[in-house]
Amino acid sequence: MTDRKPLRVLILGATSAIAEATARLYAAEGASIALAARDGTRLAAIAADLTARGAGSVPILARDLAAMDGLEAAFDAIVAELGGIDHVLLFYGVLGEQKDAERDLAAARAILDVDFTSAALWSLAAAKRLEAQGSGALVVVGSVAGDRGRQSNYIYGAAKAGLATLVQGIAHRFALTGRKGLHAVVVKPGFVDTPMTDGLKKGGPLWASPDQVAAVIRKAAAGSGPIVYAPWFWRFILLIIRLVPAPIFHKTKL
Amino acid sequence: MAGFVATDRLQSWGRVTRPSQNVASPHFADELPSLVAGAGDTRLGVGLMRSYGDSNLNPDGSVIRMTGLDRIHHFDPASHVLRADAGLSLDSLIRTVLPHGLFPAVVPGTRFVTLGGAVGNDIHGKNHHRFGTFGNHVRRLSLMRSDGRRIELGPDDESGLFAATIGGLGLTGLIEWVEIALRAIPGAMIDAETIPFESLEEFFALADESITTHEHTVSWIDCTRIDGTKMRGLFMRGNCSADPDRPPHAARPRLGMPLELPRFALNPLTLSLFNEAYYRFGRLRAGRSKVHYAPFFFPLDGIMHWNRLYGRDGMFQYQCVVPPGASLDATAELLKIIAASGEGSFLAVLKTFGSNASPGLLSFPREGTTLALDFRNRGPQTLELLARLDAVVFEADGRLYPAKDGRMSARMFQSGYPRLEAFTAHVDPHFSSAFWRRVAP
Repeated sequence: MTDRKPLRVLILGATSAIAEATARLYAAEGASIALAARDGTRLAAIAADLTARGAGSVPILARDLAAMDGLEAAFDAIVAELGGIDHVLLFYGVLGEQKDAERDLAAARAILDVDFTSAALWSLAAAKRLEAQGSGALVVVGSVAGDRGRQSNYIYGAAKAGLATLVQGIAHRFALTGRKGLHAVVVKPGFVDTPMTDGLKKGGPLWASPDQVAAVIRKAAAGSGPIVYAPWFWRFILLIIRLVPAPIFHKTKL
Repeated sequence: MAGFVATDRLQSWGRVTRPSQNVASPHFADELPSLVAGAGDTRLGVGLMRSYGDSNLNPDGSVIRMTGLDRIHHFDPASHVLRADAGLSLDSLIRTVLPHGLFPAVVPGTRFVTLGGAVGNDIHGKNHHRFGTFGNHVRRLSLMRSDGRRIELGPDDESGLFAATIGGLGLTGLIEWVEIALRAIPGAMIDAETIPFESLEEFFALADESITTHEHTVSWIDCTRIDGTKMRGLFMRGNCSADPDRPPHAARPRLGMPLELPRFALNPLTLSLFNEAYYRFGRLRAGRSKVHYAPFFFPLDGIMHWNRLYGRDGMFQYQCVVPPGASLDATAELLKIIAASGEGSFLAVLKTFGSNASPGLLSFPREGTTLALDFRNRGPQTLELLARLDAVVFEADGRLYPAKDGRMSARMFQSGYPRLEAFTAHVDPHFSSAFWRRVAP
């Protein structure tokens, strides 16, 4: 990374553990990193840390990212503050309470608005900009939960599946431009030890650290196919899960 | 999501016990006040769990795991000052500051410790005779007390709370952040020298002559073959190399212990064979060489989870220091007992401390000779062996290192730390640990 100009990166959902681990990789390269999330105080703490770790400028966008009014103007403003854009990374999402969302449609809608609708709009805003300039990467964090509808978390899973399909489509659209430095990718992490999963029992070979997933994400941003699993072995786990016939699958409590 | 969750997954490095504790893993400073304040059970801040015994455990109480709070607040390469959350590891810190030609003034034998842990145990390194302890380089820190106060403290503090917190085992409250002074170094390399020796007298002669010529000194000894003061060892010493190259250490160790070794794997025969091989290998490579700081300072960090080597029952580490006047006799006596037992470890470490005073009221290092080694946990017979070592240290007016301890008696602790009474006055009434409940006056 020595000769190239430092990258300009926008991180949506910058207070998540995986986002912060990824931002540190960019900081060590000397990138300028715009941080967007709801909590301005937390963003300020992260910005100071990234600066100490070598980042260039670290502008902050304290905003509820699920709020869709004025979304594109907010995107343009933070990109202008950053002085241009090379990588857009989208990390935010809520797991939600599946059982509550089944009874309460407002709760279901909140999950869908955060995890799909708003995320799709941020992705489209980024795609528009990146396509216009003919270069850059859009990296969206999806989930293996989107690979097969399962009774335990299918609302979250459906939102992530929709988002993955959207990004896959953007990747196709980018590919047709013939521009080599323009791509979109969805990264699907499996179990990651973050505050989001603090309610689950953790430990064992399937659990990854935010640092491990961040390394996969950073690599995907540098160029890759449209769908990446993190770590890689989830591709095969999900392949098997997708192939299990419904009569058998429906006997499980997955 | 920052509440306490009951779990028995958090163990200390020795892995002897697996207590149930309520563990919280905060990631942001705004989560801390509600975790620290209030009545109910007792609290204890912990980091990367490298303390061996029970000073980092609070069974049936609450534990605040600080590793999620690992952000640097401010780093000024020009003034060498860095302030960061207590959960920042030295591993991460070194990778950040080394490219600027800076390094922590004091590092322990592993880089997988947090700033909070380095302060709470007032850690020392191979350069104690030059740089003292970690606490000598702390400029400021923030302490959160259970009564809701956030107190900023520095060496100028006259209340005694700063001195109590340095080496205070996390008992004076939750260390929120720490500001340290780093030191300038030319590069990442150490000009090292390994010298084989064959007696305790030779060791002390080498230690004496090296105090003025070398910043770093440490020795390995073969604790399976001891005959009076005759023994085999490797004296290692070094200085910062003028080589300006600054490659940081690898992000992840290449090797790991995937499994615990079975009980039979570690016995007097395998120990003796390992020590023999280590000595011969060391002799072959004796002399001067230029080595990277990672293998020089942190040899065991090359193997993740090396503590699994000691099997399912875990291990005890024993580290004592005895004053200069008693050094030769007491050290010889300790080694005699260990050799006769057939127990003992792969890596027994012998080192002399300098006379630099730490601000810490409970700081372990003092002028004299320190011996550190591991013992596989074989239940009562191991505890009995360690009690025999205690008697020698007690007679010599020495002390044991709480960070390594999971069994010392209250009497042993109280006799080793003459400033204990002054310390006790500063303990937060809602903070405690298994260690403290055992040894508190």
